[in-house]
Amino acid sequence: MLAFLTRRLLAMAGVLFCVISLTFFLVRLSPGGPFTRERKIPAAIEQELLARYHLDGSIWQQYSEYLSDVAHGDLRLSTKYRDRSVNELLAQSLPISAVLGLSALLLATISGVWLGSLAAVRQGTLTDTSAMIGALALISVPTFVTGPLLVLVFALWLRWLPVGGLNSPVSLILPTITLAAPAIASIARLTRTSLLEILRAPFLRTARAKGLSESRILYVHALKTALLPVVSYLGPLSANLLTGSIVVETIFNLPGTGSFFVNAILNRDVFLLGGVVIVYCVLLVSMNLLVDIAYTWLDPRIRLEN
Amino acid sequence: MAAHFSPAANRPGLWRRVLRRPAALVALVILCAILFSTLFLPFFLSADPHATSPDTFLSPNAAHPFGTDLNGRDVLARTLQGARISLLVGFSGTFVSLVIGTTLGLLAGYIGGKTDALLMRLVDILYAIPRLILIILATFALDPFLKTWLAPIQEGRWIGYTKIAILILALGCIEWLTMARIVRGQVLSLKTQPFVQAARALGQSHTRILIRHLLPNLLGIVVVYLTLTIPAVMLDESFLSFLGLGVQAPQASWGSLLSDGANAINPIRSHWWLLLFPATAMSLTLLSLNFLGDALRDALAE
Repeated sequence: MLAFLTRRLLAMAGVLFCVISLTFFLVRLSPGGPFTRERKIPAAIEQELLARYHLDGSIWQQYSEYLSDVAHGDLRLSTKYRDRSVNELLAQSLPISAVLGLSALLLATISGVWLGSLAAVRQGTLTDTSAMIGALALISVPTFVTGPLLVLVFALWLRWLPVGGLNSPVSLILPTITLAAPAIASIARLTRTSLLEILRAPFLRTARAKGLSESRILYVHALKTALLPVVSYLGPLSANLLTGSIVVETIFNLPGTGSFFVNAILNRDVFLLGGVVIVYCVLLVSMNLLVDIAYTWLDPRIRLEN
Repeated sequence: MAAHFSPAANRPGLWRRVLRRPAALVALVILCAILFSTLFLPFFLSADPHATSPDTFLSPNAAHPFGTDLNGRDVLARTLQGARISLLVGFSGTFVSLVIGTTLGLLAGYIGGKTDALLMRLVDILYAIPRLILIILATFALDPFLKTWLAPIQEGRWIGYTKIAILILALGCIEWLTMARIVRGQVLSLKTQPFVQAARALGQSHTRILIRHLLPNLLGIVVVYLTLTIPAVMLDESFLSFLGLGVQAPQASWGSLLSDGANAINPIRSHWWLLLFPATAMSLTLLSLNFLGDALRDALAE
């Protein structure tokens, strides 16, 4: 276990290093800098600005200094939001995105598993067919269609929920549903397929022969095994939720990390962009690690050492 | 699993089995209708997708069946033009992913050993990082280079298309992962079969075995995942265009039209037609493709 964790942490450091380097060079080597404007600013002033943000000198010098700062936990100043550090901007926006992402993850897992097992148990009935057609529809409709439609219905016509912005926890209801919708569908489809396969397995016949109740067989014995593919899907799912949150935050005007990401690219704000990318990668890699660990709990046949 | 062991792919009647499903038939009809209207309808319409007019935000009427937008442009003409770009990116991006995915999958499965382990590790790593974010970075960094490169050619008339070309390449370069995994799995089971061993015993070259014996047997499963990759690529493209990071004005794709539509939904006045028509067109296309892909996969497994 310890060896496994060490190896994974080392791999994580490697991935982070590659991603940071890639981001830095892609942004710095492409034409146009953070201070390039329509109107030209005097060369002396631009030089001073570049020096202030440690963007002067050779590219290798800039890169090595940046890496050493990042290693010390300093993500530097944003070039767009002047005088504010990237650490500060992230500390402010990350909790909003995290709450949004986690509630969408929870909503998607719970309702997806519930819908999927419902469909599997009633295989071939109208419930099953309509649930699966609905799931495919939810996968096909992009979040930036469901989001505005939900706003139109629940915020503008019925006036039950706020249109956008973040004033109270209620403001997060529509964004969470929008973000979770395609994930609910994917999980429901996955659960159904996997449960249908498991329901034919010999160990369930044994359970029935022992005289266990149908509901105990389904919820305790079958579902626990059937959830394995769902658990391994949680890794890619969190990647989808992460990119999805960028769109959802834009639609609902939420001041989360995703909106900073888009702005940082448009403004060539190299350090803010670096910061956001680092946070995203750390989140994803840790999520994948958690998934692998959860896997061994659910399926005793798998050992981490392999 | 049944799909794994399937000369079924090449057995006659796959299409008949697919089209026996009513959902698949409806999906195919809708898809053909959308493709035909995208290709041919613009020739019969008088409205120019780029022509602005003083009639801004007209709701749907006889002259403009889908209404007009902020600049008085006809939304029907713009939806059709967006369809062309979205479908172009979807199909070409998928083609790029097909070439990469099939080649790497074939090689990994056939050569095996260290090559296989290396390629599959690469796939694992790419699965684990936020790929769309890398795409965004790559499009932004590469676009200026392509622009300067294309500027002297034919007085720069291709400059407006650089973003689209980069999107096709970049999306193709990330959406090949699933295809590579599936092709590899299939090759692993195929290469132990007697006809491949016989071909090897007859002294046929590796290239010939790969192209003449393995590739035709992969066709079925590749077509299935092709059908499922197209909507995925289209979704990615529209995602980038929605954020303003993909197709740039005056070009439009469904994603950028939907971004206009989403902005037009506000508490003061909602211009719902700007959202509804492109949204319906796009969702119907993606839904039909997904339905068709699912039906193909089920028919293959039968």
